[in-house]
Amino acid sequence: MDGEQAVNTMTDVGNRPAARRGVFSRRVSGILEPYYYVSPALVLIVAVMLMPLILGLSYAFRDIRILNPFSGGFVGLAHFQTLMHDSAFLGALVNTAWWTFGSLFFQFTLGLVLALLLNRHFVGRRLVQALVFLPWAVPTFLSGLNWAWMFNPVVGPLPHWMVSLGIMETPFNILSDPDLAMWGPIVANIWFGIPFFAITLLAALQSIPGELYEAASIDGANTRQQFFSITIPFLAPTIAITLMLRTIWIANFADLIVVMTKGGPADSTQIVASYIFTQAFRRLDFGYASAIAAVLLVLLLAYALGVIALRRAMTHADS
Amino acid sequence: MSTPGNSALRKTVYWGTHYLMIAAFVVFALFPLYWLLKVSVTPNDILYTEGVRMWPSRTTWDNYTFVMTQSNFPHYFMNSVIVSGSTAFFTCIIAAVTGYAFSRFRFRGKIIIVALMLITQMFPLVMLIAPIFRILAPLGLTDSLTGLIIVYTAFNVPFATFLMQSFFDGIPKDLEEAAMIDGNTRFEAFRRIILPLTLPGIAATLGFVFTAAWSELLFALMLVSSESASTFPVGLLSFVSKFGVDFGQMMAAGVLALIPACAFFLLIQRYLVQGLTAGAVKG
Repeated sequence: MDGEQAVNTMTDVGNRPAARRGVFSRRVSGILEPYYYVSPALVLIVAVMLMPLILGLSYAFRDIRILNPFSGGFVGLAHFQTLMHDSAFLGALVNTAWWTFGSLFFQFTLGLVLALLLNRHFVGRRLVQALVFLPWAVPTFLSGLNWAWMFNPVVGPLPHWMVSLGIMETPFNILSDPDLAMWGPIVANIWFGIPFFAITLLAALQSIPGELYEAASIDGANTRQQFFSITIPFLAPTIAITLMLRTIWIANFADLIVVMTKGGPADSTQIVASYIFTQAFRRLDFGYASAIAAVLLVLLLAYALGVIALRRAMTHADS
Repeated sequence: MSTPGNSALRKTVYWGTHYLMIAAFVVFALFPLYWLLKVSVTPNDILYTEGVRMWPSRTTWDNYTFVMTQSNFPHYFMNSVIVSGSTAFFTCIIAAVTGYAFSRFRFRGKIIIVALMLITQMFPLVMLIAPIFRILAPLGLTDSLTGLIIVYTAFNVPFATFLMQSFFDGIPKDLEEAAMIDGNTRFEAFRRIILPLTLPGIAATLGFVFTAAWSELLFALMLVSSESASTFPVGLLSFVSKFGVDFGQMMAAGVLALIPACAFFLLIQRYLVQGLTAGAVKG
């Protein structure tokens, strides 16, 4: 249905001379009109995202090194064969899962708690909301540098606090311990990511009709029952979609790691996305970087499809 | 089970816990920013000896004056303002018309376009670094602010479009229909009547995109190589690598860099929740 018809069917059709003027030409322009609106975005996305994506996929099968003028030939699956035996890459896969779900769990749980807290009226709520959402606006590399600084026992308070809490025996920098280093970027990521979940979940909470709660409390439901039979079911779609999008986003999010640890020590914090960046930026090996990226893309796609299938199966089981 | 005294007690306990948790969140959110500020005003000679004190025994503005007058930082800062400002501006215009089309029209191929935009939100942007570099280099758009603006605008358009759409969805259709019956074209109705009503939405989108462009690092690192086109994330990282890290100065630069992003964000965060609420109501 085009815009013209939409108008006619939306409003009660009838004696509206202006809407009927020049029926044919207006109908043609009516059909074309939506495309005028979307074309700038479409052109930009195709040129800057879709074409490079396709080009990038083709790089995965070619030898492309910026500093080597003789590169450019097709190498078939050679990059992928190298990948299979690249222990740094295999380690990065495990690290990616660890990084993603470690960050996501705390971001989501704390974000949900914060959204629930902010959904009640209390004195100073507006100010509090502005302050707790602030980390989201802090440039990522800056929060990376700052958190790295705070984890440093010479100039940062965190190691000393951990000693006082008995978590640590003597103050040391967890970023230089291969077993613990991943927690550094994860903590920074939690700090940065809580506001995202809090904002989206708060928006979802505020769109739950208040009458539902009134009706429930008239029926004698207590707070806990209301939470599980109204709040959670209403939030469920938002939770499902944000969790899925966020998983993918975090898995691709290399900035904090690049700034805080550069993937070290000994590749212990190297995730796939930061490994791609290292290959492309530091070694200028675009072919190999693109092959890794292609694998990551396939894995994330499989994950997304898996989640969607699971959701569909669960909703069918419900009904 | 609830005598009046009991329920009053419960209420006190509830709100006590509520405020305590809120306080914990506020402290967690602000402490790192406080630490950034603290390091930036600490004189160099006591930076390490008093590294873990909550507030240094002496403070100084030297780091700020140095950064403002002796370094390239003002230049990086201007570059970032140009890049983020233009990105926010162009993204908003494009997202507004596209979001409006998504909200008001049904047309052939709409699903495909929406799907395309959703997919762009999912794949690793890192994988575009190499091909975009190869595409932009022969056009003379690497090492240029224009190149960065084009790339950032494209990256931000999909999300901004969905955000704008949710705002348009919240505005009744009758409004522009009335204007069209009065003889305006749809575009006039959109520009004169609908757009002014979505100002909060536009503010939210502007702020969101500005902040995102302001902090982008990896593409800026890859696409820009000269000092003259460096945005300040790139410039700030060069503090780390080139001059053997002067942390006080770096943190001072960081605090200055924080100001525009935070100011923008504080202005728009309320509208952001509103916009997402409008979207959630519909979806």
